Amino acid sequence: MLSQFFFTLREHQVPVTIPEYLTLLEALKGDVIGPNIDEFYLLARSALVKDETHFDKFDRAFAAFYRGVEAATGPSHEIPLEWLRKQAELNLSAEEKALIESLGGWDELMKRFRERLEEQKERHEGGKKWIGTAGKSPFGAYGFNPEGIRIGQQESRNRSAVKVWDAREFRNLDGDVQLGTRNLKVALRRLRRFAREGAASELDLDSTIDHTARNAGLLDLQLRPERHNAVKVLLLLDIGGSMDEHSRLCSELFSAARAEFRHLEFFYFHNCVYDHVWNDNRRRHGARTATWDLMHRFNADYRLIFVGDATMSPFEILRPGGSLEYMNEDAGADWLQRLTDVYQRSIWLNPTPEENWGYHYTIGVIRDLMGGRMFPLTLDGLERGMRALARKGPLL
Amino acid sequence: MSPRFTGSKTYVATDDLRLSVNAAITLGRPLLIKGEPGTGKTRLAEEVARGLGMPLLEWHIKSTTKAQQGLYEYDAVSRLRDSQLGDPKVHDIANYIVPGMLWQAFESDTPVVLLIDEIDKADIEFPNDLLRELDRMEFYVYETRQLIRAKQRPLVFITSNNEKDLPDAFLRRCFFHYIRFPDKETMEQIVEVHYPGIKKALLREALEAFFAVREVPGLKKKPSTSELLDWLKLLLAEDIPPEALRTDDRKSIIPPLHGALLKNEQDVHLFERLVFMSRRS
Repeated sequence: MLSQFFFTLREHQVPVTIPEYLTLLEALKGDVIGPNIDEFYLLARSALVKDETHFDKFDRAFAAFYRGVEAATGPSHEIPLEWLRKQAELNLSAEEKALIESLGGWDELMKRFRERLEEQKERHEGGKKWIGTAGKSPFGAYGFNPEGIRIGQQESRNRSAVKVWDAREFRNLDGDVQLGTRNLKVALRRLRRFAREGAASELDLDSTIDHTARNAGLLDLQLRPERHNAVKVLLLLDIGGSMDEHSRLCSELFSAARAEFRHLEFFYFHNCVYDHVWNDNRRRHGARTATWDLMHRFNADYRLIFVGDATMSPFEILRPGGSLEYMNEDAGADWLQRLTDVYQRSIWLNPTPEENWGYHYTIGVIRDLMGGRMFPLTLDGLERGMRALARKGPLL
Repeated sequence: MSPRFTGSKTYVATDDLRLSVNAAITLGRPLLIKGEPGTGKTRLAEEVARGLGMPLLEWHIKSTTKAQQGLYEYDAVSRLRDSQLGDPKVHDIANYIVPGMLWQAFESDTPVVLLIDEIDKADIEFPNDLLRELDRMEFYVYETRQLIRAKQRPLVFITSNNEKDLPDAFLRRCFFHYIRFPDKETMEQIVEVHYPGIKKALLREALEAFFAVREVPGLKKKPSTSELLDWLKLLLAEDIPPEALRTDDRKSIIPPLHGALLKNEQDVHLFERLVFMSRRS
């Protein structure tokens, strides 16, 4: 039965391994816990999951497994439907109740709700439909909406039916969702390339022994510089217009990048790169750098990272004169081509959620121009991006 | 039957934390602890050591710490110097091997608690260099050709602030516990442990105010348990009456001595601006 549990976890993409599973079995044999499902849940989580970003997946997997066990062993716990109904009726206005009736009454609603719950498990995000608005909906209870009704804390007869894992309190920690400066730094660290340069401050033992021996046994200390991250990064940021809504995310990325890379050069552009980039976002036309100069000044060692939503009119990329700001002689696509030719290690980070990319034609265009090296600005996307930056040429 | 940790008079351990600690003790695996700063990760090791009556060895990790330093260090420079001076000590290399924290933990006759604090501060390869040592509890000293093996498996606690990912191979060998931010009841217990007999009214108001500050959207660093405790200490020292913390509209007051809660000047600005705005409206 437990191996079934193990495979349920794997199906839900919790990264568990066989040694960890064996550890769990060992712990069960070692009588660490009593015969109690809650303790088993905690022990299993402690032994199998090593990262709080996976806690939510684990909770969902556990819930699925537990439901399977319940189905096999008979209905020990029901979902506290009565309670839900009571609670919801307390909070709903007459109109809303009428609406619920029009949807087919409570039982129908609950059935639909369960369906949606299953559906939600697959996609995990995007459950903002009519479920879970401001905690008035009964569905809030299931943790669709953090502000919703919390069944678990209610003193209900049926309390035992709602388990810790159903509360899904670690949802916010799921890796695909949140990005903070700290997480970003972690992702950017993948791009480290160490080299020794700068002031010599570390004792080089081998060389000291060597020189001491040559010096007829008289001590001759040799120092060498410490290792530093020597990777060079050229960051081009899309600013203004449709990027405004992503400004917070971009500023976090920016501050993380500044802390991580000693050789970081950054410039701004609007929508697409043309003849010039701006040195300073506020003084757009005052301090400009010609893109040709950019390519000459920073050699091909630099890794090029574009940050932009790539959402614009196709003309802005494909036609000369398509720029919103001035008359450009060469099309944006040509400039992108030139840049990616010089900087073989380049990626485009897009703050637009990946599932929405299909709705914007130009995202596809730029993605093709970048040789498929476009990644969403999420932790996961950033990690994929950093891996892609380590290699040259188009993505397979 | 292995010893069990049940929390202590000065440390409130939730059920899930106790279970993780006891599982790690029973199986002799390292326990990796993560959580928001200030939720008592480091304190846990101290309290477990005290609760089980074991000595505590602390190894604080810095960005320059190397895994080797936890095992032993070969002091080549003093040996070179001694050789210049003709010191007879120089003939035995063992004189220049300085044992590190892990060595001390392995050599101990009684089981010890070993705390590896803030492992994420070190370089990204650091945990990988300790895999075998933590798994088999042994390592080899190349200079003296001797194998150091743990006489008693030490109880290893590892804390991390999540600044760096830890490698999977390392994680596989550990138990893991994420200390969540305490809810109100747990927080009351924690405060009671630190300031026994604190006035109920003051505590209630202070906790309300504290959780309200934590709710403020957009804070860079939310205040944590240790900040709350500091703040309460100040409130007690200044003898602030509970009424000073109370308000009908919680948004329109700046709690006294809020500098103890918000440690980032941008956060203080943001907070004051929000309060100012809600006062005006």
